[in-house]
Amino acid sequence: MPQEVTAGAAAPKKYRPNIGAPRTPANEEPAAERARDFRPVDTGYTKADAVAEANRCLDCKKPLCMEGCPVGVHIPRFLEQIRDEDWAGALETVKGDNLLPSVCGRVCPQENQCEGKCVLGRKGEPVAIGQLERFVGDMAPEVGKAPACKPKNGKKVAVVGSGPSGIACAGELAREGFDVTVFEAFFTGGGVLTYGIPEFRLPKDIVKREIDGLEQLGVHFEYNAVVGQLYSPEDFFDEMGFDALYLAVGAGLPRFLNVPGENLPGVYTANEFLTRSNLMHAYEFPAYDTPIRHGKSVVVFGGGNVAMDAARTALRLGADKVTLAYRRTEAEMPARRAEIHHAKEEGVEFLELVAPIEFTAGEDGFVNAIRLQQCELGEPDDSGRRRPVPIEGAEIEIPCDVAITAIGTKANPFATTASGVEANKWGYIDTDEDGRTSDPRVWAGGDIVTGAATVILAMGAGKKAAASIKKTLLAEE
Amino acid sequence: MYQIIDKEQYSEKVFKFRIHAPQMAKKAQAGQFLMVRVDETGERVPFTFADWNREEGWIEFIFMVIGKTTTLLSQLNVGDCIKDVTGPLGQPTEMGSGRWTVIGGGVGLAIAYPVARELCRRGAEVSVIMGARTKDLLILTDQFRELPLKGLYITTDDGSEGEKGVVTQPLDRLCADGAVDHVFAVGPVPMMKFSALTCEKHNVPITASLNPIMVDGTGMCGCCRVEVGGKTKFACVDGPDFDATQVDWNDLAARQATYRTQEAEAMEHLHEEEDCPCHRK
Repeated sequence: MPQEVTAGAAAPKKYRPNIGAPRTPANEEPAAERARDFRPVDTGYTKADAVAEANRCLDCKKPLCMEGCPVGVHIPRFLEQIRDEDWAGALETVKGDNLLPSVCGRVCPQENQCEGKCVLGRKGEPVAIGQLERFVGDMAPEVGKAPACKPKNGKKVAVVGSGPSGIACAGELAREGFDVTVFEAFFTGGGVLTYGIPEFRLPKDIVKREIDGLEQLGVHFEYNAVVGQLYSPEDFFDEMGFDALYLAVGAGLPRFLNVPGENLPGVYTANEFLTRSNLMHAYEFPAYDTPIRHGKSVVVFGGGNVAMDAARTALRLGADKVTLAYRRTEAEMPARRAEIHHAKEEGVEFLELVAPIEFTAGEDGFVNAIRLQQCELGEPDDSGRRRPVPIEGAEIEIPCDVAITAIGTKANPFATTASGVEANKWGYIDTDEDGRTSDPRVWAGGDIVTGAATVILAMGAGKKAAASIKKTLLAEE
Repeated sequence: MYQIIDKEQYSEKVFKFRIHAPQMAKKAQAGQFLMVRVDETGERVPFTFADWNREEGWIEFIFMVIGKTTTLLSQLNVGDCIKDVTGPLGQPTEMGSGRWTVIGGGVGLAIAYPVARELCRRGAEVSVIMGARTKDLLILTDQFRELPLKGLYITTDDGSEGEKGVVTQPLDRLCADGAVDHVFAVGPVPMMKFSALTCEKHNVPITASLNPIMVDGTGMCGCCRVEVGGKTKFACVDGPDFDATQVDWNDLAARQATYRTQEAEAMEHLHEEEDCPCHRK
């Protein structure tokens, strides 16, 4: 008998994908209801959904999905573990490459990454890898084990910024036995995950869970610490005895349209609008003290995720009409497909091929309209996308009492000049592949190196820098 | 948490807090500011440093009770803590020697005072013009009097103290006498605007310390943007001091008024809370 059992266990397991099964739909709250409050839009897969969806995977010999993942998460393996209902194993697999699965599962542009490469997507719908990653990440409170930390190695590292890149670097180093302190300018951690991405897309308790996890690893957090102003680079090395510094300050400076009327009251940058709502809880005014203008008719300018977030926040603050104006067409919008889909479903109206001319003010001094130049698509530009060309004489005016510009961000010179490392001519910090800057004690990564990019790339950079810091500092022994 | 180690009341509505903040005390410079979040639900409000002591590890700021945050602050006492204090932020005030006139209007006097004091310390010849609507709104008069000033001029709109009128009257005379090399002004927008016009007329350089609404204070949100010399500047990181003759004052005034309705609503909400027995501390 025992022999038979052994033989049975050793026999190769036959996996038969559920070919032809449709993609397991997301569990989304009804659009009309959810567009009026800040509850999560998508409640996530159930265990049964997850297993069903993982069963669609063809388990390709050469998994293209992994090639599409910027950090190379072992997707077929964690999907197999989901099928086996080995939740803890699946979590461990994902976390081996991606420290923030609950976050990335929600905010990665999967259609350009893992899911974009999925073979199933050629003829039908790709496996919902993002949903599965999120599902596995969200299982952490239930099945996650606190990762073991190596004994303290006596080396101290300062991480500046507590966004995805700083979190990743701090987490990796803490596990390796480094004494890590994260310096954050705001009163709470998470960076763009906290001030930028709204509650309905990324609940803040998830961000908090990640920060708490780091604290459990022994990472110290110093909030309200504006590096450069409160601490100079020399303070870190000479006074506080840090051996290395990782700069992950992001690229938070808003770009402007540079058209007349942009400084009128009622015209917001998306950064301000979202920071008020997300970080300062202005949507809960007056229970929270920070106010925000609740527009009845809102125009958002831009076509990225931030524009979608701003438009959908405006809806939830009670707007009757939200128009998303974009200079190209929907096909060229850089936002995740899911965000575009959700925004439309919730009632955001899309206005394509328009360029802003000016914001005008009403008698009360507040913005009352945006004047737009209508365009058509012309020849492709350097990026390969067809350039919008103005149609002479075709102008429209949209009345609005709140206007929000969401046309991207750039490096914040305040954060870089303060670091002691010289920025390049665009204001970003140059590094090698491992995140090393020109100062041998300083590494940098995330948006301050690459320009505004994705959470997963920022996180990957933090991880790479951590490996390089470890190698460098421990080699000194 | 940031503990209040001293509280001084200058008048009915004006207070000074001394806060234990050793690292901030090491770095603070005149003209820079800090941001306060009173409690978990509080908003972030900027205050200019009034003083600091690097050895004893404290910083001070002066505030006048105007809205909800300042009301809540005024109710705190020595030993209590402020949830968050961030700073130093912004650029320090550029100070030189020579003959300076410092103008403070209303609450702006709380910012004008440390600037005047610092200029005196650095050996400049300093005159001060204090302005307010009425006598009761003049703050820090005794503190200004204690400084080694060349002259102290007081104006009130209603003539209840000093000269009846506005700060530009003594400013105009001082400039006409050729007694001023540089002017520093802080106060309500109209006061700064007309001080700038007066200085421009006499070709005297004038710096104004601007007080737009801020959220992050680190150059990220753009809430405090102001047009200076035709360019958009952020008061939090490029300022708060700017060449007053280059500032678009109408723009600033309009932006400052953005939340007037909500500010009143917040105060109402506070009073409701205070009236409700379950909220009474």
